Amino acid sequence: MYAFDFHRPTTLRQAVSLLAKSEDAKLLAGGHSLIPVMKLRLASPRTLIDLSQIQELTGVELKGRSLVIGAMTRHRDVANSPIVQEAMPGLAAVPASIGDPHVRNRGTIGGSIANNDPNADYPAACLGLGATIITNKRKIPADEFFTGLFETALEPDEIITKVSFPITRKCAYEKFKHPASGFALVGVFVAKRGSEVRVAVTGAGASGVFRVPSFEEALKKRFAPKSLEGLSISPEGLASDIHASAEYRAHLVGVMARRATAKAVAYG
Amino acid sequence: MTGTGIGAAVRRKEDLRFITGRGHYTDDISRPGQAYACFLRSPHAHARIRSIDTSAAANLPGVLAVLTGAELQADKIGNLICGWMIHSKDGSPMKMAPHPALAVGKVCYVGDPVAVVVAETLPQAKDAAEKIVVDYEVLPAVADPAKAKEGPQIHEVAPRNTIYEWALGDKAATDAAFASARHVTRLDIVNNRLAPNALEPRAAIGEYDAGSDSFTLWNTTQNPHVARLVISAFVGLAPEHKLRVIAPDVGGGFGSKIFIYPEEVVALWASKRVGRPVKWTCDRSEAFLADAHGRDHVTHAEMAFDDKGKIVGLRVHTIANLGAYMSTFSSSIPTYLYATLLSGQYAIPHIYCEVDAVYTNTVPVDAYRGAGRPEATFVVERLVEVGARELGIDPPELRRRNFIKSFPHQTPVIMTYDAGDYEASLRKALEIADYKNFPKRKRESARRGKLRGIGFSTYIEACGIAPSQAVGSLGAGVGLWESAEVRVNPTGSVEVLTGSHSHGQGHETTFAQLVSDRLGIPIENVSVIHGDTDKVQFGMGTYGSRSGAVGMSAIAKALDKVEAKAKKVASHLLEAAEGDIEFKDGKFIVSGTDKSATWADVALHAYIAHKFSGQELEPGLKEGAFYDPTNFTFPAGCHICEVEVDPDTGEVTIVGWTAVDDFGVVINPMIVEGQVHGGIAQGVGQALLEHAVYNSDGQLVTGSLMDYAMPRAGNLPSYKVDMTVTRCPSNPLGVKGCGEAGAIAAPAAVINAVTDAVGVEDIPMPATPQAVWSAIRSRAQPRQAA
Repeated sequence: MYAFDFHRPTTLRQAVSLLAKSEDAKLLAGGHSLIPVMKLRLASPRTLIDLSQIQELTGVELKGRSLVIGAMTRHRDVANSPIVQEAMPGLAAVPASIGDPHVRNRGTIGGSIANNDPNADYPAACLGLGATIITNKRKIPADEFFTGLFETALEPDEIITKVSFPITRKCAYEKFKHPASGFALVGVFVAKRGSEVRVAVTGAGASGVFRVPSFEEALKKRFAPKSLEGLSISPEGLASDIHASAEYRAHLVGVMARRATAKAVAYG
Repeated sequence: MTGTGIGAAVRRKEDLRFITGRGHYTDDISRPGQAYACFLRSPHAHARIRSIDTSAAANLPGVLAVLTGAELQADKIGNLICGWMIHSKDGSPMKMAPHPALAVGKVCYVGDPVAVVVAETLPQAKDAAEKIVVDYEVLPAVADPAKAKEGPQIHEVAPRNTIYEWALGDKAATDAAFASARHVTRLDIVNNRLAPNALEPRAAIGEYDAGSDSFTLWNTTQNPHVARLVISAFVGLAPEHKLRVIAPDVGGGFGSKIFIYPEEVVALWASKRVGRPVKWTCDRSEAFLADAHGRDHVTHAEMAFDDKGKIVGLRVHTIANLGAYMSTFSSSIPTYLYATLLSGQYAIPHIYCEVDAVYTNTVPVDAYRGAGRPEATFVVERLVEVGARELGIDPPELRRRNFIKSFPHQTPVIMTYDAGDYEASLRKALEIADYKNFPKRKRESARRGKLRGIGFSTYIEACGIAPSQAVGSLGAGVGLWESAEVRVNPTGSVEVLTGSHSHGQGHETTFAQLVSDRLGIPIENVSVIHGDTDKVQFGMGTYGSRSGAVGMSAIAKALDKVEAKAKKVASHLLEAAEGDIEFKDGKFIVSGTDKSATWADVALHAYIAHKFSGQELEPGLKEGAFYDPTNFTFPAGCHICEVEVDPDTGEVTIVGWTAVDDFGVVINPMIVEGQVHGGIAQGVGQALLEHAVYNSDGQLVTGSLMDYAMPRAGNLPSYKVDMTVTRCPSNPLGVKGCGEAGAIAAPAAVINAVTDAVGVEDIPMPATPQAVWSAIRSRAQPRQAA
């Protein structure tokens, strides 16, 4: 690890101002992606701004027909939240499936989606539920937020404050874990809310999380695993490596989508 | 026997300190004035070094020295060596290329150490290492052993990158057996390359004392005396009596800590150069690049059967990847630790095996838990299983027809098996695994949409390594006996000094059990001292499941001498003829009388020496022994693996595991069971998860735990572990060894089960979900005509 300046603001205002005036600064959320790459000397930010002491960034609340989760809320706290478990057990299962207890005790929803690792779980939940990402400056729909591998719509001086999920019980996540890392080799989040159906896939895409319109159409007609039988996605544009070819990933998208749909039906 | 004697499941004496964080590992040790080393490693698999500019690095704050191969040569530091000579079929000796501890002129694998920085702090050393400028001329590389002979030549001494082309067995007789065979089973097998990943990474502290002109090396080694011998006699850093090697607590080795590596040599050498102790601790990323890997065989094997399902011949051709340089024992692994076990548990009249060892641009390959024997078992047990399927014979039945049933048994590949009862372990395993109801379970799985399979592995291994004369005749550069010293203190407590080294095996407990059993004293009164060349006279270390059969036998021999001496002391103390003294349950008794003396009495009198004159008997009670085994030992057993495969994803779940092993006499069943558990986990790791992958440029693709899949608790079932016992006739304790069995037996059992479930034989290791899914698909889509 190289030397860096460390700040630990207690308000969002302070954090925003530090971010604006510091050169080459990185926000520190849970640190489970950033710290390892710094230790390996693969990243060398000049400044770290630790968000952990900003009270207004944590917590889970129901607001009308939405579930709003503070950006610095830890995976463990979302997974164990009675509010989330009651309103959307399919969403609570997402952070519950991330990493191991150490990771869940440190990692945060804001950190996960800001990093937009192509194998991360939360991006699928955000896209699958049509969440809104709220920052210090604006509200960004999930469909516009995730722009590519480790890329988001966030501007350099922007900090995620909250993520707002429209409530539906009919949603679920199914993931096939990478044999080594435990990340999603393929993860599929399926949700039905009113007449809208969304199917979002993480892990498989060569450029990050994506939706599957053909699956959504099929599930709109009838929200059941059977509706997806015989449907598949093209391996084109999917990631391919020693652990899974694009073809295998494409196949797994179908399998995980059917399983997630079955779960969502059971929840709903 | 006391409650802590042989056969008792005594809790491990060492666990309190390990579990409470009070162990003393090499990295826990800090020497006054200690500096830190960081190695600059080659980013290229194969390159000529045009120049190295260390000036910018040397001028950074805190930097004490920046050293390269040039300084190493200037100081006349010798090369690392491989200590086992193998000759090719044509009689020519193996082609051992020079292996300097820091690269000289060229680099041969990604991770090859090019320079070392010694600095006041580790971050300073790392900063400076980044400032070293190396001008490389990148050369084409080869990483795949199957392509090595046609690849770019890596070392001048080895045309076609061939180290040796070795053979064992009678080719003509084997070919004749094949010619008359009724059926031949053929398999192409890749035994996947593995990275060892001991929990504690390697570490070394070198310290030079100018006052006495002597060196001390603290090192994560499985064999400190062998390290001292090699570093003095071959590397030439210091004469043997001026070099002390200490291997303190060591957190797992699995073979990877047997070898003499560049880093410890450099730490020692640099400590004299800078006049400060120098510490190097490997990190996990560096370990993937720099620790010797295991396995990496490409094999074609054929097994011939007669019309009754009897095996009449076995033919094997293996290409073994030894990496960029020959590591300490690498030449022996794919030869004498591999081909000699190809008879398995079977009476096979004719075996012929050819092994081509090749250089590639990868980190050296050497012994890894099982070392050659897992590779042999995989070949034999896959062939037998597939043969049974092709012949339509129940796999256990085919094995039974071919089992060796009388002992000693001379195989056609050197080994003389001394004892065993293969039928007994198979029978017991079939019972425990409830084999007869397997079809019912398979149907039940099918109802849930799962494919169920069962696989067997009736393995054998040669442990208790090894009779010195025998291994000497096969090319070993050392003898493989073991030494021990039993020091009885005046108060009767006992210190056992052993040349074995414990790095997870529990010697502090099992060796103490032997003493407690023999002397009738509480186990708490026994200390086991190991891992320090200044304390223990000599030792060959721990590997090849040798510490029970060889190390403990040396202790037993020393205990015999202690008992004999103590009887003499007791005869004086009890004023009786020596021949009338009996030693039983920790007491010396004059036969037929009620006169007795306790162990502690006799120990005290041995030292105060008031009851005998120094002319008739030497004072003191301390004896040493060297024990050289008369044969290898042959642990064997039967493992049965049951799997369920998810046909949608290819995911394999192990749903049942039965292990029935014959380790001979068991000293501590709890520790033995733990060794079996760990061994199976490593074997399952190889079969389903682990694979060290280099790409065609020689870059390690699986360079971290994000890509290299280690087995986790969730990958493993609850094992059913049981034993059968045939006493080993080749050592005084009747023990055979248990440390490697699981890793040897498991891969074949898993793959036999997976192929049984899927109905496709061509499934590689590791049988990842993708590989199994592809196999299922190949079955579902009949091959189109070309």
